[in-house]
Amino acid sequence: MPAVSKGDGMRGLAVFISDIRNCKSKEAEIKRINKELANIRSKFKGDKALDGYSKKKYVCKLLFIFLLGHDIDFGHMEAVNLLSSNKYTEKQIGYLFISVLVNSNSELIRLINNAIKNDLASRNPTFMCLALHCIANVGSREMGEAFAADIPRILVAGDSMDSVKQSAALCLLRLYKASPDLVPMGEWTARVVHLLNDQHMGVVTAAVSLITCLCKKNPDDFKTCISLAVSRLSRIVSSASTDLQDYTYYFVPAPWLSVKLLRLLQCYPPPEDAAVKGRLVECLETVLNKAQEPPKSKKVQHSNAKNAILFETISLIIHYDSEPNLLVRACNQLGQFLQHRETNLRYLALESMCTLASSEFSHEAVKTHIDTVINALKTERDVSVRQRAADLLYAMCDRSNAKQIVSEMLRYLETADYAIREEIVLKVAILAEKYAVDYSWYVDTILNLIRIAGDYVSEEVWYRVLQIVTNRDDVQGYAAKTVFEALQAPACHENMVKVGGYILGEFGNLIAGDPRSSPPVQFSLLHSKFHLCSVATRALLLSTYIKFINLFPETKATIQGVLRAGSQLRNADVELQQRAVEYLTLSSVASTDVLATVLEEMPPFPERESSILAKLKRKKGPGAGSALDDGRRDPSSNDINGGVEPTPSTVSTPSPSADLLGLRAAPPPAAPPAPSGAGNLLVDVFSDGPAAQPGLGPSAEEAFLSELEPPAPESPMALLADPAPAADPGPEDIGPPIPEADELLNKFVCKNNGVLFENQLLQIGVKSEFRQNLGRMYLFYGNKTSVQFQNFSPTVVHPGDLQTQLAVQTKRVAAQVDGGAQVQQVLNIECLRDFLTPPLLSVRFRYGGAPQSLTLKLPVTINKFFQPTEMAAQDFFQRWKQLSLPQQEAQKIFKANHPMDAEVTKAKLLGFGSALLDNVDPNPENFVGAGIIQTKALQVGCLLRLEPNAQAQMYRLTLRTSKEPVSRHLCELLAQQF
Amino acid sequence: MQFMLLFSRQGKLRLQKWYVPLSDKEKKKITRELVQTVLARKPKMCSFLEWRDLKIVYKRYASLYFCCAIEDQDNELITLEIIHRYVELLDKYFGSVCELDIIFNFEKAYFILDEFLLGGEVQETSKKNVLKAIEQADLLQEKTENMYHSRSFIGCKKSILEY
Repeated sequence: MPAVSKGDGMRGLAVFISDIRNCKSKEAEIKRINKELANIRSKFKGDKALDGYSKKKYVCKLLFIFLLGHDIDFGHMEAVNLLSSNKYTEKQIGYLFISVLVNSNSELIRLINNAIKNDLASRNPTFMCLALHCIANVGSREMGEAFAADIPRILVAGDSMDSVKQSAALCLLRLYKASPDLVPMGEWTARVVHLLNDQHMGVVTAAVSLITCLCKKNPDDFKTCISLAVSRLSRIVSSASTDLQDYTYYFVPAPWLSVKLLRLLQCYPPPEDAAVKGRLVECLETVLNKAQEPPKSKKVQHSNAKNAILFETISLIIHYDSEPNLLVRACNQLGQFLQHRETNLRYLALESMCTLASSEFSHEAVKTHIDTVINALKTERDVSVRQRAADLLYAMCDRSNAKQIVSEMLRYLETADYAIREEIVLKVAILAEKYAVDYSWYVDTILNLIRIAGDYVSEEVWYRVLQIVTNRDDVQGYAAKTVFEALQAPACHENMVKVGGYILGEFGNLIAGDPRSSPPVQFSLLHSKFHLCSVATRALLLSTYIKFINLFPETKATIQGVLRAGSQLRNADVELQQRAVEYLTLSSVASTDVLATVLEEMPPFPERESSILAKLKRKKGPGAGSALDDGRRDPSSNDINGGVEPTPSTVSTPSPSADLLGLRAAPPPAAPPAPSGAGNLLVDVFSDGPAAQPGLGPSAEEAFLSELEPPAPESPMALLADPAPAADPGPEDIGPPIPEADELLNKFVCKNNGVLFENQLLQIGVKSEFRQNLGRMYLFYGNKTSVQFQNFSPTVVHPGDLQTQLAVQTKRVAAQVDGGAQVQQVLNIECLRDFLTPPLLSVRFRYGGAPQSLTLKLPVTINKFFQPTEMAAQDFFQRWKQLSLPQQEAQKIFKANHPMDAEVTKAKLLGFGSALLDNVDPNPENFVGAGIIQTKALQVGCLLRLEPNAQAQMYRLTLRTSKEPVSRHLCELLAQQF
Repeated sequence: MQFMLLFSRQGKLRLQKWYVPLSDKEKKKITRELVQTVLARKPKMCSFLEWRDLKIVYKRYASLYFCCAIEDQDNELITLEIIHRYVELLDKYFGSVCELDIIFNFEKAYFILDEFLLGGEVQETSKKNVLKAIEQADLLQEKTENMYHSRSFIGCKKSILEY
């Protein structure tokens, strides 16, 4: 076809579009648009009547402006006027405007409906089609009320043109979907079914969609369509590739119609009539056979169209689930696709096999592909394909391959994308439970889950392991032993502490015989985790402690000491305080018998549907595919089911996993939104100014059918796809630290826990733990008011070079903090090399509409990464001498700010992190310490000496380290403490 | 099909067609999200992705992305070919179509789409029949009007349809 000018060129419109494209900035564009809007408004309001052409041109401009993303609040009347024009192009533009910018202004709707009514009655097929398109595009209830009764008549009228019938069928479909009550069933329905026999393929194509939708709600009324659809399908499938002329697409006869017919048949069970069924099976076999034939064209369109029919055929075979032979053939066909070089086919084959796996006839056939699927999980580069592979592994899992599949999924979990981790965790938990033959494997699997992906292990999962262990005495000893071992890891997830606390409290006696896990050892192991845990976990641990007093009387004194400590009895958290007080009293007042009765082993949990399965279903939503049918299909999955009874210890405390759920609802923490600048550029499709988009570039002029598509250049967009470390706002975005920040920071040089900041609105508590060059910090933000904080956003900022010295990974917290509530933020800290300035913590939120912001110094100082070193006097002096270069030493003589108490000084030095060495300094009044600062890049050995002079109320502090700035910095930090 | 979006590599929306009722705000939100998601994908990745409870089928032609949202039961491959057939229709109508044709003659792109898809379903798959409907409309066009076409802005186009 020659490239001649098409359509009714509107010069004014083209000039306007061109102007907009030439605008250099967003402001310029808005200015140009406002000018144009003013112009159009004046034309529309002017005295002079506009001719049709001008009206059309202006309406078209308004439409263009609207499609750019601007609001349009006038011009509707002019568009309605165009509807009644008898010039086709004017009418067409009028309809387009109405379709895009429909307004529920009732006055206008009446006028529009009037115009549509006239066109429908005009007997002019092009006008009728325009009117039908408009109804279909708007699809509102008002239009349904006006036309739903007329359209069936047009659809089945003998004298309607084919194109009108097509539009009427789909128009009716849209109205029926929007408001089925408005479409009256009647005599026309029988005639609609017969459109399947229509000579015009286009009419059949449109009608099948309508029939498919109608028969879902009234299957009996449309039953006759089965045999008609089968015979139509049979004719298409057996036709030669050229028989259907323009309805053949890349040598595939009528692919769209075939797919639609196969979809229609999926609304019904297999045909009852043997002849019809025979014919249909023949069709399905033909499609499967054709898949094995060499392709008639190398074009991807040919194979796509052919395979579209093939996949729909397989869907129908799976839907019938009654022809073992076809099911196995389908499975073999999909098996071939699993290794196809086209990613699209691999994706679809994995997806389709998921449903095949749930059929008893093909389950075994699907299982033969396990190695290919595992390989896909490991090697596919596209996360959506990997996700499909994980789904399929889940669907094909049974007793015979459960161990292999679970171990592969666990391995995948270590590297899985954050977005799908939780789902994989749920799936592994379900499979491990469902196919556990010996429950020690189940316990191992769940503990592994917590170890690998603790943050993604939800309440349901760890409740479940407790239920199962409680209900099965054969696994209790093993569970106690394993969890005891797991707790010995230096850093273990809080969920592990919860599981460990509960299991040892119930079954710790089963391993108490072994001196390595004697009661005091068990207790001190658990208690070593206590201070790092959230309130809910600490509450659970307190319950464990009272159970210990019952199980192991020898621990009574120690535990009572813990309960009696001020930090428990006067704990600000009412739940913890109450437990401490009550348990303490219980342990001292109650006789052994009473204690034993109260703290008897928990009764078995009631048997119910696995709560994890319910959670997975919720997560996937309705219609979630085969993985979910799995549970229904296999009644054995109920064999060990129990329900969720929240453990008593967590009933009244804010659930810790509520935080996790919050995290899950938000985008995964490790892939935060892109920095806002670049984000806006990309996401606001209406606002990217020419600055970011240099015209359309030469690429806009390429004919885009040319198959030589150059790969997209690596643009900034690619960056957005990668999970980047938390995007910190630059230091310029946050205010300077508050004046007291340094003083607050000093309070934390020698201690790790406490209140970092407090004012009338907000309290910030800190709890931290450091080991080697790693640390974990919990920040607790308490809203002291009764009003919700909004847009609450604490972020950590690294000023200057700190970024390269210290890595701080933060987790997002909820944007709202209710009055009186507390939220917790976890920070993972890694010291990369020595550093001098602490990171900043910027907290912003809105309180009663007023923005609040606050910048503090985060209590992370270099001494936190101290590892104490014990050494003898001789070694100490030898090293002291080795560090004798003047720049290696820092010294400070200063006045005491606090009473000079030797015990307090000792505690401070220990808190500072170094070891205290006795019998080293000849003067017993002096203090000597040694330690190594651990960073990722290097280690810095440090020696220190503190000489108090009680008479002068002065100190002399000397530090020697292998790195000059470190000596000075440590000296300054420590000097502030006395 | 629930909706179809055409956007450029720079993220500019060129055509939007919604087959389900949604508020303008919701439409803008969906568009922003999807444009971002699709543009972030690498060239060799699969053309399908799960998004909310829908399936997204997309394909890139030169500088333009064509992106369709279909429901769970719908066929991905045939949707991919819906996209291709639409591109072919545009190509045949404009004669080696390029992004500028769609910018300057956006109304035609909508008209052609309405002839091909209606209410989110394929109405007519024959190229001949679809174009016949559009050509008829062009014939009805008033001769007195100023003839104008985008091509005069941009000179001749760089490449033509290669089959």
